[in-house]
Amino acid sequence: MQLLGVPVTATLSRSTFTGLRCKECGHGYEAGARHVCEDVCFGPLEVVYDYDAIRSRVSRASIEAGPTSIWRYREFLPIEGDPIDVGTGFTPLLKAHRLARRLGLKNLYIKNDGVNMPTLSFKDRVVSVALTRARELGFTTVSCASTGNLANSTAAIAAHAGLECCVFIPSDLELGKVLGTLIYNPTLMAVKGNYDQVNRLCSEVANTYGWGFVNINLRPYYSEGSKTLGYEVIEQLGWQLPDHIVAPLASGSLFTKIRKGFDEFIKVGLVDEKPVRFSGAQAEGCSPIAQAFAEGRDFITPVKPNTIAKSIAIGNPADGPYAIDIANKTGGSIAAVSDAEIIEGIKLLAETEGVFTETAGGTTIAVLKKLVEQGKIDPNETTVAYITGNGLKTTEAVSSAIGEPFLIEAQLDSFNAAWERAQSLHRASWEPVA
Amino acid sequence: MAVQVLIPTPLQKFTNEEASVALTAASVDGMLDALEERYPGIKGRLCDEGGKLRRFLNVYVNSEDIRFLQNQETALQDGDEVSIVPAVAGG
Repeated sequence: MQLLGVPVTATLSRSTFTGLRCKECGHGYEAGARHVCEDVCFGPLEVVYDYDAIRSRVSRASIEAGPTSIWRYREFLPIEGDPIDVGTGFTPLLKAHRLARRLGLKNLYIKNDGVNMPTLSFKDRVVSVALTRARELGFTTVSCASTGNLANSTAAIAAHAGLECCVFIPSDLELGKVLGTLIYNPTLMAVKGNYDQVNRLCSEVANTYGWGFVNINLRPYYSEGSKTLGYEVIEQLGWQLPDHIVAPLASGSLFTKIRKGFDEFIKVGLVDEKPVRFSGAQAEGCSPIAQAFAEGRDFITPVKPNTIAKSIAIGNPADGPYAIDIANKTGGSIAAVSDAEIIEGIKLLAETEGVFTETAGGTTIAVLKKLVEQGKIDPNETTVAYITGNGLKTTEAVSSAIGEPFLIEAQLDSFNAAWERAQSLHRASWEPVA
Repeated sequence: MAVQVLIPTPLQKFTNEEASVALTAASVDGMLDALEERYPGIKGRLCDEGGKLRRFLNVYVNSEDIRFLQNQETALQDGDEVSIVPAVAGG
């Protein structure tokens, strides 16, 4: 097999991927640590697979017999040898009866990556793949630029794999995300600037240090991990595609890879093809993709983020044009919501489904609500909302919006009085009593 | 104006592996032309046929994205640092 002049090396024969290819111009490259089309157009590189080989090796039964982690899909992931398996993936897909009733939907599901392992966000998927590949490519130090979740995940999985780790974050991140990185004892650089500035610095560091940056020179491998969010939903829906998905948009990578996951399962015959609408969620304080979508543009004008949804506050989203293309082609939408709506979204999901998500999840739920109100989601559609992170990491966002405990004496009288007060609070009109 | 241009790794094959290049230019457009003059062929990687920077490249002047300034017409001052960075994903 030949990839636009690049011969496929025998060393890759154990795997199902054959090299890298520019998403823009199609120019081929060997599967090393590189992320842009340096010979032609600087477009992003993507992993290329031998789908005939995959088709001959996998079936629904073989996948179902695999580990309860992303590695049950390893034929679809760009690694050669043994994976770093920290139990990442195969998170719950909840049928969200109560949230559906509240919103006026009939078939709503929550894909809950807020309980992903080991660090409670979808980033564990991409980092498990990136660090497996980093080890294969001979890196001993790994790094990333992060809005928080990626830092947690890179530090944790590097610790498990025994890799040196240096991560970069904006200096204004939530305490939970800083602590949730430091505990794994990486070198942590808190940069005085926003994420886009951190990313620029990291690109310059990557130019001079020989490190594996999961979201820079390992990006083609890293981003493939997000495809598993597509595969799992298909499998958990009983080997069917949903009708509509709603996911948060930061760089836009997750959104495009869920689509790629769906397309690959169709391509190898694991699921029947049908149209799936893709809708994206942004915070108003950082909504360059939603703005471009609303104005009918196919290019992104960067913005300076100002929102509580820090995990998705990327003002210069690299995959934004692709996200817009997918929303347009599938008949989906991209919408933005205010910080107040994001907090309401977090509370709504918690109160109706028992799922405590971070600000990115609040953004997704608030946009889901908005799209339903605008008539953009059919009540009968099978809709999946992707919850990508855990609320315990961003308690600052909701701490002033969730009431207080009743402080009482250790006496029955005191409890009785407090209980009476509690009962006088209004029940939501939609909620059945007893 | 004497400016310093940071060259990303994939382009350093044009610059004899130099990661940082000193040039004289009055604007970002002028900087691109000056780069081309010294390292023939490099502008064709950075820009499309119309001379517009490719959409997956970001250019910063003193850490500010030129799309927040005057894009390729952004004026350069003595001592400015221009950084050319291919777009990256993440979060």
